[in-house]
Amino acid sequence: MLTGRALKFGDNISTDHIIPGRLAHLRSNLPELAKHVMEDADPDFASRVTPGDFIVGGSNFGLGSSREHAPLVIKISGVSAILAKSVARIFFRNAINLGLPVLICDTDKINDEDKLEVDLVAGTVNDITNGNRLTFSEIPEVMLHILDEGGLIPYIQKHGDFKL
Amino acid sequence: MGKTLAEKILSQKSGSDARAGSIVVAEVALVFAQDTTGPLTVTQFQASGFQHLANPNKTALFLDHAAPSPNYRLSSEHILLRQFAQQTGCLIFDIGDGICHQLVAESLAKPGDVVIGADSHTVTAGGLGAFATGMGSSDVAVAFGLGKTWFRVPESIKVVVSGNFVEGVYAKDLILHLIGNIGANGATYRALEFSGDTVDRMSMSQRFTIANMAVEAGAKAGLFPADNITKDYLISQGRGNHYQPVFPDADATYEQIININVAELEPTVSKPNTVDNIALAGELKGTKIQQVFIGTCTNGRLEDLAVAANILKGKKRHPDTRLIVAPASRQVLLAAIEAGYIQSLIEAEAVILPPGCGACLGLHQGVLGDGESCLSTANRNFKGRMGNPQASIYLGSPATAAATAITGEITDPREVI
Repeated sequence: MLTGRALKFGDNISTDHIIPGRLAHLRSNLPELAKHVMEDADPDFASRVTPGDFIVGGSNFGLGSSREHAPLVIKISGVSAILAKSVARIFFRNAINLGLPVLICDTDKINDEDKLEVDLVAGTVNDITNGNRLTFSEIPEVMLHILDEGGLIPYIQKHGDFKL
Repeated sequence: MGKTLAEKILSQKSGSDARAGSIVVAEVALVFAQDTTGPLTVTQFQASGFQHLANPNKTALFLDHAAPSPNYRLSSEHILLRQFAQQTGCLIFDIGDGICHQLVAESLAKPGDVVIGADSHTVTAGGLGAFATGMGSSDVAVAFGLGKTWFRVPESIKVVVSGNFVEGVYAKDLILHLIGNIGANGATYRALEFSGDTVDRMSMSQRFTIANMAVEAGAKAGLFPADNITKDYLISQGRGNHYQPVFPDADATYEQIININVAELEPTVSKPNTVDNIALAGELKGTKIQQVFIGTCTNGRLEDLAVAANILKGKKRHPDTRLIVAPASRQVLLAAIEAGYIQSLIEAEAVILPPGCGACLGLHQGVLGDGESCLSTANRNFKGRMGNPQASIYLGSPATAAATAITGEITDPREVI
């Protein structure tokens, strides 16, 4: 069970909102890069986020670049999961590969700063602030195995190959 | 039951009966990263415990996004990638060689291949009939080590393109029109498969432009059949032996079929800040533009430079509008010099950048100032994309870009040709 606060965003949050290309020179210094997480969507995000918070997006969250640095800086910021109405393909796979859960549910019913309880096993999101209970779509089995190991790299360290 | 292009290629490369929705592990004919995703790929490769590459001659690194490097940190990343190439024996393409996707198209990808790259525009090689898709550094690192990766076989959307383009309208207008109509997530997790009489006549350059932007509709791949035009292109690149015909089965199952008659299209532009926010170029007349950028993996090929040079020949850029041109590869630059296009562009007061990504992603070579607007032939106009969240980006064809450079405001190219 994950418990934390919702930090709400709108539709079409791109990888440039999350961590723009102009900061590519900081990619070799992840703590420095992570200070700019979500900067072009919310300049105050880095100071606002606390460990355990959830990023709650709208539709097509994470569209754009294949840069894995996007979910990586979100993970470094302490966010425990991303909730969205829909998520772009590469971002989805990248987040799971880093052990960061991405949960697809009707986020219109969640407001900024709501307190949420997420049950990854039952597949439910409980909005404690407004009493709404949401269910999220099943994560494909192969991705669940990767998530269970904490990401793709620990998965490969353990299994040495894809075990589908 | 017949198969789509995606199902056919993934069946062959996984040795299984791949159908939409199934999960397969497929061997990759080429796996690559570029200079902004490569260093993390190297880190993840090493963290996975791999000692060597599965196939050094099928693994490539490209120094194209920061080329030449604008600062010491990125220079150090380049050193790291060169050392990795030296240690592992993988292919490496250094600054000035060109954009990864253009070099993959010119020299590396073959019809029927599975290609993955740590860059979302890896889909470009779909123009050759390869199943090519972008992934992140972890996936690419594992494919460096294993020579394969897993896929969920996508459902396919068939796009049937018919008719003849009218003057001033190009493949770029077609793909912007399509994305505007289905939306920036209209093909998420799907493959877009292009066919029809227009496709049967379409040059490789235009096929690459369309395949390149499939990801802007969310697609996993943008696929073209490999036909005689593909064969002639490969022969012209000195690798006719890489050709094999690749077509979908006539009785393949598609999730959706979209018909487009290109004769009805007009020059189309994406407005800030999403690619699906389209308008006709003519509707945006009066929108002042401070910078025009012609290049990128979308529209930096010889055909694109020819269109721009022919419009700009004997003319000058508007005094309030900078004009920046980046050829997609050295081969493109040399051919453009030989054809006289570079001369025409320079005489029109264009700045010619070295082959590479140039101003596209805001790293260098044309970063926008506060409040400025750019008309670019690239594939993305997200907020902050060209280095400044206080700037605006419009996307259009090389013809629209050239016309806009002359007038200083967004212009339907038919007004100047």
